[in-house]
Amino acid sequence: MTTNKAGALALALCLSFFAAGCKKKVGAPPPPPKPEVAKPAPPPAAKPIVKFFTAEPSSIERGQASSLKWEVTGAESVSINQGLGVVGNAAAGGATPAVISGNRSVFPSSTTTYVLTATNAGGPVTESVTVNVTAPQPAPPPPTPTVKATFGEAIAREIQDVFFDFDKSDIREDARNVLTQNADKLKTIFRDYPTGTVTIEGHADERGSAEYNLGLGDRRAIAAKDFLVQLGVPADRLRTLSYGKERPQCTENNESCWQKNRRAHFTGQ
Amino acid sequence: MKKIIFSLLAIAAASIAQQRPDIVGAIMGSQKAVIAVPDMRGAGRAEPLMGVLNGTLFRDLEDAAVFKMAPKSMYPTRVPQQPQDFRKPLQYDPNNRNAAPWLQDWSDPPVNANYLTFGYAAEQDGQMVLFGWLFNVNQPDVAAAQVFGKIYFGPMDESGARKVAHEFAADVLKQFGVESLAGTKIYFVSNRSGTKEIWGMDYDGAGQKQITNYKSISTMPSVSPDGTRIAFTSWALGQPQILVHSLETLRRIPFLNPRAGTNQNASYSADGKQIAFSSSASGFSQIYMANADGSGIRRLTNTRSVEVEPKINPKTGTEIVFVSGRGGASPQVYRMNSDGADVQRLTTGEGQATNPSWNPQGTHIAFAWTRGYDPGNFNIFVMDVNTREYVQLTSGAGRNENPTWAPDGKHIVFSSNRGGRSQIWSMLADGTQLRQLTSAGVNEKPAWSK
Repeated sequence: MTTNKAGALALALCLSFFAAGCKKKVGAPPPPPKPEVAKPAPPPAAKPIVKFFTAEPSSIERGQASSLKWEVTGAESVSINQGLGVVGNAAAGGATPAVISGNRSVFPSSTTTYVLTATNAGGPVTESVTVNVTAPQPAPPPPTPTVKATFGEAIAREIQDVFFDFDKSDIREDARNVLTQNADKLKTIFRDYPTGTVTIEGHADERGSAEYNLGLGDRRAIAAKDFLVQLGVPADRLRTLSYGKERPQCTENNESCWQKNRRAHFTGQ
Repeated sequence: MKKIIFSLLAIAAASIAQQRPDIVGAIMGSQKAVIAVPDMRGAGRAEPLMGVLNGTLFRDLEDAAVFKMAPKSMYPTRVPQQPQDFRKPLQYDPNNRNAAPWLQDWSDPPVNANYLTFGYAAEQDGQMVLFGWLFNVNQPDVAAAQVFGKIYFGPMDESGARKVAHEFAADVLKQFGVESLAGTKIYFVSNRSGTKEIWGMDYDGAGQKQITNYKSISTMPSVSPDGTRIAFTSWALGQPQILVHSLETLRRIPFLNPRAGTNQNASYSADGKQIAFSSSASGFSQIYMANADGSGIRRLTNTRSVEVEPKINPKTGTEIVFVSGRGGASPQVYRMNSDGADVQRLTTGEGQATNPSWNPQGTHIAFAWTRGYDPGNFNIFVMDVNTREYVQLTSGAGRNENPTWAPDGKHIVFSSNRGGRSQIWSMLADGTQLRQLTSAGVNEKPAWSK
């Protein structure tokens, strides 16, 4: 009694789901009529039907995704080119005609046509869809290079370091020549660039104490500044900054390196 | 007990004087009572922390430099854990292995101790508790031998083990009129965060932590005598200037820098109300004094040379040592009155002399000097400022710089690159008991504070 009731319920449920593709075999189709006299060629099997094959959205920017969706009936297998391969097979013993549907997200880097091939004994059926890919907004082109270097670049290119003796802030003979050239160039640059300040950094080698070297670096920067001002460079566009031995440009333990660090260095802001 | 210490003091002073110039004897005080500090045992959860506890106690007592530490290998096998463990034998026999501990185990050869610490640690209500005793083992009986016994509490972890050990050690040292260094701080400069910042740590190198975070160059720290403020030199605002931070809030406190390309090397007077520093306001780094907030500035020197690192005598307040390259000479250590008068060179004129630092008694300076070595190869020296006698404490092991004194006047912290990179080291003012306190990054410019 209970079993019967359950069976009837299952049947009713199944019937109600039939339209939605109930997998339960409802009834075998009648066998084909027995061939009579001559054996006619079997009718070609019905080809699969591609109900739809779409790409949503069909236009994307590079890097975005498009969703391919398809539904095919009567196919044994469905494949898509562009490396996607087989995307669906009819389930063995499944409903006839088999319904194969699915979707895939794709990220083509350029406009791409996807070809869906549905195959059964009746042969392949293809359907294609194209995803249009637009390049993303290109970065704004670099500003057209100015012919004129920036103030800082001009200082870095034109103005030479000045070197000092150990534990000294006196301007050496070679430094006088360099500073004289620097003065001429600074006057020109200051004319070309009405704003901008030059910082004269004073540096020392590693051998003295950090404290004394900070005072010594200060002296070196001031000595270089005073020399330039005597040669007519405007003092209000020069400032000094001692780093002592805190920012060496060379860290080896020998005289050639120490000499490189005993310097006044010029930067433009 | 005091009598014994004083008589020991006299004897030891004589023997030390033979080995070292008088200067070191005068600083170190010289006497050495012998103390035995056997490892204590711990019960329950205290047990795994006993390594830290015993190590901290031993080091605090050894570092104080008032004792000769009896060699551990000589200790008897029977170690008391509480006074009741001592049993006076009818006939003392050091070879009787079954006997209970007795005072003579420690006072007789080979230990030859005058004093003994002992005790044990246990867990009480989840806390670490240390029972510690100090005994004078030269006494005839237990009652007379006990100097003190005390109970110490701390959290049941390594910090607790260190805390109870530091407190026990401080109580032992107090009996000898010595303030423990435990609780004192060393501030220094480290680049381990990527840029030079001010850092702080305990005197033994524990608990290293970053104080500033300017991501510029911050260096040359100096602490106010009450330990509440730290002044240093920083490029954080562009040119090198003096910045002051509270060590309580770690925030910046206003300091009025004079208009100058370089203001550096702030150091406090003993009352914390004055700051001496060097400023290039005149175009040359010169010595200035101002109120602690930078107001009321006075110029003390007037030369066309580089003068840096003024340090006010912490005892008299009327004397300043500083470094000067006056006369076109290489930098040397000078002294002057605090009004700038009576300038005298203290060092001989040889090499480069730099980084002077007063001892707390205001009688001696430690400083870095290249005398006898190539430029840049500094060693630590100590000088009696009155007699100008000096003694060299380090020799030839890399660059040794920026010595500053511990509050006890017996220890010196300094930087040395003897191991490769510059690190912070401490030592006794006689050059012994070297300890490396830092290892991460490059560390320099130590300042020892209360």
